[in-house]
Amino acid sequence: MNLTLRGRLPENRKVRAGLAILVFFALFALAGPFLVEDAFGLSATAIHTADGMQPPSGAHLLGTTATGEDVLAQLVVGSRVSLLVGLVAAVISTTLSVLVGVAGGYLGGTPDALLTAGTNIALVIPSLPLLIIVASYVKGRGGWLTVALIIGLTSWPWGARGKRAQTLSLRRRDFVTAAEMTGESRWWIITRELIPSMAPLISASFLSAVVLSMFADAGLSFIGLGNINLTSWGSMLYWAQNASALARGAWWWFIPPGACIAVVGIAAGLINFGIDEIANPRLRKPGRAVRRRAAAAALRTPEEAR
Amino acid sequence: MTASSGTVAPTTAQERVAVRRPGRRPRLGAARYFVQRLGFYLAAAWIAVTLNFLLPRLMPGDPASALIAQMQGRSALSGEQIASIYRLFGDPGEPLWSQYVTYLGQVAHLDFGLSVAFFPTPVWEVISAGLPWTIGLVGITAVLSFVIGTAGGIMAGGRAGSRTDSVATPAAMFLNALPTFWIALLFVLVFGFQLAWLPTGGAYDGDLTPGFSAAFIGSVISHAVLPALTIALGWSATWFIGMRNMMITTVSEDYVLLARAKGLGRTRVMFRYAARNAILPSVAGFAVNIGNVVGGQLLVEAVFAYPGVGYLLYQSVASVDYPLMQALFLMVSLSVLAANFLADSVYGLIDPRAREGRA
Repeated sequence: MNLTLRGRLPENRKVRAGLAILVFFALFALAGPFLVEDAFGLSATAIHTADGMQPPSGAHLLGTTATGEDVLAQLVVGSRVSLLVGLVAAVISTTLSVLVGVAGGYLGGTPDALLTAGTNIALVIPSLPLLIIVASYVKGRGGWLTVALIIGLTSWPWGARGKRAQTLSLRRRDFVTAAEMTGESRWWIITRELIPSMAPLISASFLSAVVLSMFADAGLSFIGLGNINLTSWGSMLYWAQNASALARGAWWWFIPPGACIAVVGIAAGLINFGIDEIANPRLRKPGRAVRRRAAAAALRTPEEAR
Repeated sequence: MTASSGTVAPTTAQERVAVRRPGRRPRLGAARYFVQRLGFYLAAAWIAVTLNFLLPRLMPGDPASALIAQMQGRSALSGEQIASIYRLFGDPGEPLWSQYVTYLGQVAHLDFGLSVAFFPTPVWEVISAGLPWTIGLVGITAVLSFVIGTAGGIMAGGRAGSRTDSVATPAAMFLNALPTFWIALLFVLVFGFQLAWLPTGGAYDGDLTPGFSAAFIGSVISHAVLPALTIALGWSATWFIGMRNMMITTVSEDYVLLARAKGLGRTRVMFRYAARNAILPSVAGFAVNIGNVVGGQLLVEAVFAYPGVGYLLYQSVASVDYPLMQALFLMVSLSVLAANFLADSVYGLIDPRAREGRA
């Protein structure tokens, strides 16, 4: 799977579309704040109580919040914090999952049994309540970095399982045996042979981890934990909910940040789905001609096959 | 957070099978399988309880004294109540080990102290008032979304590339990728405020007296529709995708081809031959997904102010109610573990390979 994955990654349309969306948001977060703040002179934090709860207009393309902040400016500036938390948390959780998964899969025996048991236990303890408890004890100390840290530390088990399974399929391959024969240490084989050969899988799961961490951050901020005083997509939703934006019909306040989170989520879904198609060729949608031939072969009538 | 991944992941039960090297332990009896699973979940439960013990003690500051000060601001506490708080949140004067023993004793008696948000109601009473609402909601949505998602997945995956498949699959992917609490917000806006079809807060109309009257039951149902729909949408999409992908893999097996060649009806082949085997990973995935769904449910309840444990957790966060928060974490974790054990047991019953320890 490893070689085909590397060769096909750019060819799968779903993966490509998902990657394109993520790249777009990365640029949005990098360049966007300069654009809205310097070029258009909008501020995410300037309060104009007189302009509160304005629907979208020429002056405020996405309207204003209850205290008159510009929603568009908040959305653009907030993408930075959301993305940053996602990236840092994903680095932590991916590193942990690679270490636990690959070490367990490669070493086998008792270390594997222990690591697998640990992973499975971490997997069945519900992570969101745990996240909520830890975040509420932390009480915002350490800012977004702490939030990223606790999300990263609670979200690794899913990835560890996938990487362990992949390692199991690689550990008897010739290149691993060859490295063992030349007397390389286990650590060397894990870090120089196994992990590089799983690079496509690891990068795909890293992207999903970014998105899942952004979801977790938004969820935490939404209930008032984490970084509610930093502008992020989640904190926008929190303040919107706090000011009963829903009851007051201020859709422009909470639809944009939620939609951004949703689009990023769809990007991750596309990437996951594309990866599944690459890993399991049967899931790929065949062309029309292939489908017709397959239908005939499978003793189906042409009407049914369409 | 239901956007975890497109497919149903390998399950704890399957994983366990894969770890075991063939030949070392020839056959596991059914009893042995259940005992082993029970042991695993008991270990997980012990870790959840211990986490609950360690967290407040690892945090900087002295949560116990802060709590006592906070509560005594409202009314005087008895000596026994103060001792209970020290047992739950740490007494700096006592060694950690003896703290742990007294803590376990306290938890075994379901004594979680007094709630701050609902002072001076004991935490256990607050939770028992919320628990039935959540269990009702989760139970109904779990069954509903499993049936809908799986049936849809069988139909779409049984005829991959058909019109149903090419409409339903992208739709499910889309739903699966949306944050559940945001769907909840949209529903509140559209169905609650714009169209004003359904109520958006609470579990029943506050003017009615709870009882077995038609008005009360109707009110309970109408209040549950939106939260249930929100959770069921995301969850059934997850089942749908997993089941569809498994069906596609299964329908190209030889025994399915043979069944078709014998001239059996399409429905019979799909449901009795292909789906029976394709459903196994879904049943096993049920267990692993429970935790994610409960997480999503917590936020959905907060949006709808639905008086279950999720909304209680939300309230406990808002009013920094550590006793309630701790107890809720413990209850939610233990319930999820119990549900996992049940799902694993069902899996062991319907898939003999899991019991016998061969893949």
